[in-house]
Parts: sequence; C-alpha cells; structure tokens
Amino acid sequence: MTHLDHEIRRLKTTMLKMFLNVERQVIKTKKALIEFDKDLAAEIRETEKRINGIELQIDSDCENILALYSPVAIDLRFVLSIYKMNSDLERLADNVDAIASYILKQETPFSKEIIIRLGIIEMFNICLEMLENIIEAYENEDTTLARKVYAMDEQLNVYNNKVINSISPYILDNPEDLQKHLYLLSAVRKLERNGDLIKNIAEELIFYVEALVLKHKGKNKKPTIIS
Amino acid sequence: MNENEYKIQAKNVDVYYGDKKALSNINLSIIPNTITAFIGPSGCGKSTFLRLLNRMNDYIDVFSMKGTITIDGKDIYKPKVLVEDLRTNVGMVFQKPNPFPKSIFENVAYGLKIQGVKDKKFISERVEIALKQAALWEEVKDDLKKSALSLSGGQQQRLCIARALAVDPDVILMDEPTSSLDPISTAKIEDLIFELKEKYTIVMVTHNMQQAGRISDHTAFFYMGELIEFGKTTEIFTNPKQTKTQNYITGRFG
Repeated sequence: MTHLDHEIRRLKTTMLKMFLNVERQVIKTKKALIEFDKDLAAEIRETEKRINGIELQIDSDCENILALYSPVAIDLRFVLSIYKMNSDLERLADNVDAIASYILKQETPFSKEIIIRLGIIEMFNICLEMLENIIEAYENEDTTLARKVYAMDEQLNVYNNKVINSISPYILDNPEDLQKHLYLLSAVRKLERNGDLIKNIAEELIFYVEALVLKHKGKNKKPTIIS
Repeated sequence: MNENEYKIQAKNVDVYYGDKKALSNINLSIIPNTITAFIGPSGCGKSTFLRLLNRMNDYIDVFSMKGTITIDGKDIYKPKVLVEDLRTNVGMVFQKPNPFPKSIFENVAYGLKIQGVKDKKFISERVEIALKQAALWEEVKDDLKKSALSLSGGQQQRLCIARALAVDPDVILMDEPTSSLDPISTAKIEDLIFELKEKYTIVMVTHNMQQAGRISDHTAFFYMGELIEFGKTTEIFTNPKQTKTQNYITGRFG
C-alpha cells in the first residue's frame, strides 16, 4: 500500500466520522423540536463546534494530500469530491444548528399541530432517509444508491413550495405567535436546503466514482464526462 | 483531423531486438506544434519508440522494424532517405547534458558546420538566435568562447537544446531532458519547451508524471512494448480509460 493509499484511507474514515456526526445532529434536532427539549437543543449547539473542528481537519487533510502527493485520476477526484462534500455537510449541520437556536429562543413549545401540518416531521424523516442512503452509498461507493436521493429531494421541494399557504391561516388566526410561525417557516426552508445539499453530495460521489459531472444538468440532460 | 495534417504518424509499428519483441503494433498520430509526453515504466518501449523517430536505433545490430513511420507524410525508413537529413529535421536532446568539450559558440555552431555551412556571419546569427530561443543568450553572450563544460548542468542542457535548434529542425525529441537537473533548472527547461512548441513539434520521454501533466498536450502510456492509451493529457490525468494507465499514474502498479 502506498503512502497516498494510507492518506486516502484515513481521509475516508474522517469523512465518515463527519457524516455520522451530522446525521446524529439531524436526529437530535428533530427530537428537540418535537419534544421542545431545550437541553437537547443546547447540546446540539455545543456539538456544532465539534463538527466545525472536523470540517477544518478534513480541509487541512485535503490540502496536504494535494500539496504533498499530487494525486491524479481517481485519487484526485476523490480528494476534490471530499473537499466539496465536507463543505456541504458543514452547511447541513449549520442548518440544523439554526433550528436548535430557534428552540432555545422560545419560552413555550411550538404547536405540534402546526409542525405536523407544515410537514416538518415528514421533512426531517425524508432528510434522514436521504442521509442514510448517501452514507451507505459513500461507504460502498454505490452510485445507484446515491442517485436515489434525487427523487427524495423532490418530495422536500413539494413541502417547501406549499409552506406559505400552509402557514398563512395560522399567522392570521394567532398573530401573537407570529415569531414562532416565522421560525417554523424558516425551519422548513432550512430542511429543503438540506435536501439540496445531500443532492450535491450525491453528485460529488458520482463525480468521484464515475468521473461524470451532473451539476447544473436538467433532469433529462446527459452528464458530462470529465476530461 | 485530416491524415495529411499530422506531423508524425506511426502505423502498425513492431520493433525487434533480435528475437525479442520490444514494441508491438504501435499506432500513433502527432499533431504539429504540440508537446507529446511518453510515459511508462522502465523497459516499456517508450525510449525505443522515441528513437525510431530519428532512426537512432539503426546503430543497434540486432534492431529490426516493421510498419511505417511518416513525418510530414514521408516514410522516414525508405532506403533513399538520408539519415543526416532526417536528423537535421528531427533534433534530439538527451537525458544528460552532453556538450562537446569545445566553446559555447562551437557547440551551437557544430551542426551547421558539419552540414558544410561556411558563411561566418550566417553561423553567428544562427548561434545567437538558437541561444536566444533556448533562453541562454543573456547568461552567456559576453563570453561565447568559454568552455561549454564550465556551464552549470541546467545551462548545459539549454545549450544542448540550442545546439539542436541551430540547424532549424521541425521536430525535437527529448529523452528525459530534466532528469538530471534541479527544480529551478527544470522549471526553466519546462518553460522553454512550452515556448518552443509555437515553432516546433516536441516529443518527450519523461518519468516525471507531474512534468507530463504540466507541459504536454497529449500523453502516451506505454507498457511492455504496447501503447496502452494515448489521449489528451488532461483526460489521461483526470479520467484515464484504461485500468493499467490509472494504476500506473496513481503509483499502484504491479
């Protein structure tokens, strides 16, 4: 095994750690929001710092591999894809950290009825299923599984598109809870954004394994082979 | 690209050293004014192939060849081809700088003199042009009578490039031209090679993957006497089609 193989294996393991930490953050955020668990929300905010630390570690590992080993072909694609996935995952963690901060700002719980009506629980579930798929796809370099997250992202978009209509009656009926409603609206937006980020990660994985560029391609357009 | 537009074309080339087959069915076309890098492990046939292009293998007793190699559409192995003329058109720079134990001027003028050029003014002009093209003029212009052996390794290699350029070739072959040089001299030679492609077609053998990546337009990967893959350098180094190429360039061979 070459030195580069060792470095790549190490980077792959650190990245898996990042994936699992972020997934845990999403699970905890869902629980903290539904159960209005402020302690858990505070814990999420604390863990966010650790995730930032892993992000910096991965960035630095990628930079070192590029500088010291001049990787090419599949190795180069691996490092480039990890560099981008890392950034996507950190932003994903930021988004759930923001939801945790909304919880901490409230004195009283969010209405469970509204949470359900806006589809927030379902959105969390879809996000988690997407994450589970993409983690398995990453571990096994399984691009067929990676492609499954595209359809799931569409479901998140549906919830996001109807959120204004869904929340408006509640705002009109209970203007005193305006701030809470706006935070829930914002949570829907964050979860939709998380779907996009997981889709980006799938694109990066496909770029690494198959050398195909799927970015900025419509549904029916062919991917570009890199050269 | 039209067949006739290629500078160099090899078709079904086999090379034998005695009974041993050194190259097997090589087909390769090189576009004018490009840099082509040959890569591959030692003994893969890349230097043998490079030396075919100016008939350097002719000196080896047991050498024999099948197939055709054309430069500008002309078969360079036809009996009527004069090897001296071919080498005027196809210059060569070797792995180790090999200046003659003569002055800087005499080294660069050597090719012209053996061609029988007598016009001193013409020779002086050609020497100056060649030294300028090889980015050495500024460093040596004040003392062209100095021994070439007093130059540094990097300067000697640029002198050898100037010597090749002085006879005004079309094609320059380079066999690991920077392998004995430090990084600064290597960078100078690489810059020089890059500039020279405006006027010349350059084919080089290199063991330095990054060098192939930095300066070549096309890369050919040879392995055990076969041309495994030939394509744009960007493609070979980001998305090679053959597993053997990928294993070699990523250092996972064998």
